[in-house]
Amino acid sequence: MTESTYIEAIHAALEEELERFPTMVILGEDIQEGGVFRVTDGFLDRFGPQRVLDTPLAESSIAGVAIGMAQNGAVPVAEIQFADFSFPAFNQLVSEAARWRYRSNGASGCPIVVRMPYGAGIQGALYHSQSPEAFYAHVPGLKVVAPATPHDAKGLLKAAIRDPDPVIYFEHKRAYRLIRGDVPDEDYVVPIGKAALRREGGDLTVIAWSMMLHESLEAASELAAEGIETTVLDLRTLAPLDRDAILDAARATGKVLIVHEDNISGGLGGEIAALIAEHAFDYLDAPIRRLATPDIPAMPFSKPLEDYWLPSKERSAAAMRELAAY
Amino acid sequence: MTRIHQPESGIRATDLHRRMYRDMLLAREINDRMLILNRQGRAAFAVTGTGHEAAQVGSAHALKRGVDWVLPYYRDTGVMVVLGMSAEQIMLSLFAKADDPNSGGRQMPNHWSFPEQRVVTRSSVIGANLPHAAGIAYASKLRGLDEVAVVYFGEGATAQGDFHEALNFSAIHQLPVLFFCENNGYAISETSEKQMSVRHVAERARGYDIPASTVDGNDVLAVHQEMRWSVEEARRGHGPKLIEAKTYRLVPHTSSDDDRRYRPRAEVEEWARNDPIDRFRTRLIEAGTLADEEGEQWAAEVREEVDQAVDRAWAAADPAAESALRHVFREADGSP
Repeated sequence: MTESTYIEAIHAALEEELERFPTMVILGEDIQEGGVFRVTDGFLDRFGPQRVLDTPLAESSIAGVAIGMAQNGAVPVAEIQFADFSFPAFNQLVSEAARWRYRSNGASGCPIVVRMPYGAGIQGALYHSQSPEAFYAHVPGLKVVAPATPHDAKGLLKAAIRDPDPVIYFEHKRAYRLIRGDVPDEDYVVPIGKAALRREGGDLTVIAWSMMLHESLEAASELAAEGIETTVLDLRTLAPLDRDAILDAARATGKVLIVHEDNISGGLGGEIAALIAEHAFDYLDAPIRRLATPDIPAMPFSKPLEDYWLPSKERSAAAMRELAAY
Repeated sequence: MTRIHQPESGIRATDLHRRMYRDMLLAREINDRMLILNRQGRAAFAVTGTGHEAAQVGSAHALKRGVDWVLPYYRDTGVMVVLGMSAEQIMLSLFAKADDPNSGGRQMPNHWSFPEQRVVTRSSVIGANLPHAAGIAYASKLRGLDEVAVVYFGEGATAQGDFHEALNFSAIHQLPVLFFCENNGYAISETSEKQMSVRHVAERARGYDIPASTVDGNDVLAVHQEMRWSVEEARRGHGPKLIEAKTYRLVPHTSSDDDRRYRPRAEVEEWARNDPIDRFRTRLIEAGTLADEEGEQWAAEVREEVDQAVDRAWAAADPAAESALRHVFREADGSP
């Protein structure tokens, strides 16, 4: 085990997979100079410009070219510089990559990975803060992952690269240098589609992913000091959802809070709540609660406005206390 | 069954011309029949390239089958005939049968996918597969393979961002891609004047420093010659090229369209007098490559081939209803 940051874990996963697959290509904007977040730092010298490919500033063709590469024996890992800029590529991901296997009746697949730095809390304003995971999780044929820890960031990225189907990989910008953790030294993958129980307690259940997991875990520690014990489930994969883990975690306490950075209406919290209401209703002791961002177009630049907008440890703790007391 | 195959290299020109003529006849017969079957209520939808046969057959005969990658669009019955998709397979697709090789009855007809001939599945979104061709060609180059990718589209596609992004990317990396535009002057109802401020699609390539040419798309030999040269150039590493074949769709956009609302009949009739199949037959007979009665005989043979294809495809099994749930992701049994 070696302690590493979240961004180091992503870097290491890419580096090791570039070594493993001689035809792996990483492509995106500014990645040759290391990328705006330095995720791909040093790769150009190591692997050369053909495999570490700077693309024109054109997201649709970043995704579209990756799709083509995947048909012809290359292993493409595309980077969309900010998830907020993935919408010009939306058609390629939704109409093309996601439907590739289905529309060819299983004759061919579309094994691409699209990395998308996402999430708020760095004063990124409207177009460098969004959490668009629900758009992609809605689409059958896409797998969507959002790791919270360095361990999972590395293991899920490797799993995504080796997966035979398209995977959208959401990496949280705020986690890059903030979140540290142990990462195994040997090669490993974290299976796509499996959630992880991060804490067990009998009073209530919190379901979260990525940075909101960390806010929830901190809140859970605070509540433990007050005698409130929390089960915390880290979804890790947002599509396909780990239904069994969600239902087990809901049944364990009968009180469920879902926390996410995406705005509340149409966010994944609604789907998770519906799943629990349909399949674990008899176990519920309280209405399912959602803590999410309000229905405004995206977060504002101003720090007070950002703080107001984004769920925090404090607001998680408040929602959890309220639910525990129900 | 009388399947015509791509000639080996070194084939005599006259034999190649006869094969191209036969392929055009078959493509036309399939096109005509698809629309008739729709009108008979046997096919829910049909889309054809009636009138485009010279552009399609002439270009596809310049490709190395099983080596070059082909991304045709929904009018390209002629391309698929050259690549060896049988009339029966095309009819299986028209009737959305389980054994439709394109999609097992999932996609609308003429949404080609034929992995054995490196034909890559496509959606109905116009222009979206141009970046795929660029990506395929990038991988060919990365892997040091001697392959060319050709993507077919109408002039309507050239307004899409993906067209421009694909040209730009291909030019930057000097990829072995051919952009083959079948310019029939209409994007459904919209004339070229409503679609672009330039007269020829070929002019659009100039901004990307991509060589481009405009050919008479109803002259199969002119198309073939241009394409053959372009494929060789691309294979030699000289980068992408755009070929614009000017042609005309002699029928409505699809079985759901009524082109009388937007096209004068006189214009359609004028183009019908320039029918690429009639033109080529006249030329072959004049050159002594085809005997008059042979032309008649082939037409009858092709009709018979399509009759049988329709009967067999009609009798074939529908997909099992619950199979609708399959192939969202790769299944445990393997597959690509």
